[in-house]
Amino acid sequence: MNAPNHVAQGFSPAEQRFSPAEQRFSPAKPVQLFHTCLVNEVAPEVAMAAVRVLERLGCEVEVPADQTCCGQPAFNAGFHADARQVARHTIGVLERTTGPIVIPSGSCADMIVHQYERLFEEDAAMAARAHAVSARCREFSQFIADCGLRIADSGADAKPSTIRNPQLAMKIAYHPSCHLLRGLGVDRQPKDLIASVDGATPVEVRDQQECCGFGGLFSVKNADISGAMLARKMDAIEASGADRVVSCDLGCLLHIGGGLHRRGSNVRAQHLAEFLDEAAR
Amino acid sequence: MTPTAFVERAEGALADAQLQIALSRATGTLGSRRASAFESLENADAVRDAARAARMNAIANLSGLLERFESKLIANGAHVHWAETAEQANHIVVGIARRTGATRAVKSKSMVSEETHLNEALEQAGVTPIETDLGEYIVQLRHDRPSHIIAPIIHLTRQQVGRVMEERLNVPYTDDTKTLAATARAKLREEFLRADLGISGANFGVADTGSICLVTNEGNGRMVTTMPRVHVVLMGIEKLVASMADLDACLKVLARSGTGQKITVYTTMVRAPRRPGDTDGPEELHVVLLDNGRSRILAGDTAEILGCIRCGACLNVCPVYRNIGGHAYGDTYPGPVGAVVTPGLRGLGPWRELPHASSLCGACRDVCPVRLDIPRMLLALRAAAAADDPQPKSLAWGMKAFGWIASRPALYRAMARVGRLALRARARDGWIGALPGLAGGWTKARDFPAPAARTFQDQWRARGKGRAS
Repeated sequence: MNAPNHVAQGFSPAEQRFSPAEQRFSPAKPVQLFHTCLVNEVAPEVAMAAVRVLERLGCEVEVPADQTCCGQPAFNAGFHADARQVARHTIGVLERTTGPIVIPSGSCADMIVHQYERLFEEDAAMAARAHAVSARCREFSQFIADCGLRIADSGADAKPSTIRNPQLAMKIAYHPSCHLLRGLGVDRQPKDLIASVDGATPVEVRDQQECCGFGGLFSVKNADISGAMLARKMDAIEASGADRVVSCDLGCLLHIGGGLHRRGSNVRAQHLAEFLDEAAR
Repeated sequence: MTPTAFVERAEGALADAQLQIALSRATGTLGSRRASAFESLENADAVRDAARAARMNAIANLSGLLERFESKLIANGAHVHWAETAEQANHIVVGIARRTGATRAVKSKSMVSEETHLNEALEQAGVTPIETDLGEYIVQLRHDRPSHIIAPIIHLTRQQVGRVMEERLNVPYTDDTKTLAATARAKLREEFLRADLGISGANFGVADTGSICLVTNEGNGRMVTTMPRVHVVLMGIEKLVASMADLDACLKVLARSGTGQKITVYTTMVRAPRRPGDTDGPEELHVVLLDNGRSRILAGDTAEILGCIRCGACLNVCPVYRNIGGHAYGDTYPGPVGAVVTPGLRGLGPWRELPHASSLCGACRDVCPVRLDIPRMLLALRAAAAADDPQPKSLAWGMKAFGWIASRPALYRAMARVGRLALRARARDGWIGALPGLAGGWTKARDFPAPAARTFQDQWRARGKGRAS
């Protein structure tokens, strides 16, 4: 009973996970938008809002035309060969571009940043290409915070450090999506961005960091468990008195928003990019 | 367990109102106690790193440590037995009972004995086992199974405990926890005095010294290991640490993670049977080291899970466990750790649905005192299941099609358009209330918004800034 080599060499310790602080960005020309499949097909307004926010910050946005999906559905379901095929395509598309790659989804960003290298563990050449791409990737709120900018700092006469849109004088609940929070370690950035909108009042949500129950395929495969987790999340959001729930992942937002709609709730689910775009309007 | 069995168990658990009350109370309490215990710990990260290092070192050098542990045990006067399977372990324990003429056994809490179904084997051999951990005692009275690693009756309310004591022990009903505990205590004292065999698990075995460490809050562990004339320790081969210093590192995080205590009320070190001049202790000490699938885990992608110190913290933070409890997982070890351990110990085949019983939220990885990357292992098991015999077949074909199409952008766009239009045709007032097939799971609990008429890519090109790359 001898331990295999990978045991003796240690186990992918958490502390070795990629640190997003490796490289900081400033407003860039160009910035690539990896809009994600879900946004492209279901909620294009999220990507349009992200483009407008980035442009206000002085970025020049480019959209690689041949992007499809990051491959996460296949990866999480255990179909690694199929996920690799999609990952290879995505790496090919993104490595033909320059500048930072902004992704309006914590989950898709985590897939490219953390899981691609794992998918190509046994293919050093692809792993290196994956690393070169993943080092350029930033989730949307993370990129804006990396730039060290507030939305209101953009534009010629934008002196005040906060944004004022009277229509946004409302209570905002933030939902930290799990892969953004625990995968990428991004938590402060979206909260700060919400707080920078003058008039908007962030509210505390009970068990805020508990998963909403989306989990991709989990939401249909274990629909009842997912639904029970969603019910707890919606109860907590409604109890917070929030008018809106803002998050950085469309998957969680479709899940929470779809549940709130089914329930007939007045609380609206909105992507952070749309919220910030609305604020700066 | 078939896939349907897991889904059905989960459905049953979700519909069980008593269970829902019990679970949400208890997991919430344990979770917040754990959080404050770590907040007040200086250098918590370094302490966790040390515990992780102790366990990873033990797993990486397991065969050498086991040899050292065995020779120390023998030198200390203990008998060592090796069991490859659960049946062998039970056979060994029954054999010890027979040889020593033991007929009544008191047990302190042991998940490994749950794993081997030792109580049933003892009963068949004419030995009466009595669980002496309060929670396990209630489990035994109910002919139930524990549903949590450290809190066996987390699935019960105190009213349910009161009723089972009333029925089984012939005492007046009460839901006062102090009275309930006092009743059990009085009954168990009699059992301790009558027992001729003590059976315990082990929280850790220390290879350098050949000692067994047990942690308890009720003191029953100490009585099980000292009062009967024979003591049998049943432990998994993975429960070793190299040294007393490594044990210290693990004990610093174990109670904090499990119950939010700095240290448990009792920390018992067992090193040898009674020696001349000792006032108590067993005449014979036996240590049964059980494999039962552990060396298979050690050789695979999930070897890291063997570092688990069974604190139960991942259960308390897991939103899936908090909704369905432990029994739905179908075997001895529930929660995120169980979803990795069970397919490892029992074989992936019938347990292939367990690694999917997770939204991959990562709360277990964050809370684990030895930083086990449970989501990574769940993904590895999902991949092993998909590579072996993907179920359902339609999903496997769907994923193959997805991989093929999503790496061909023109085809992808065309197919996505077809799907988008089909979904739009189902929408009313911008929402879809019912979807067919697998997607019907979505609309069980939520609506789906009608996809956009024009994709972002279409809108972007129309904006005149499109750039082919």
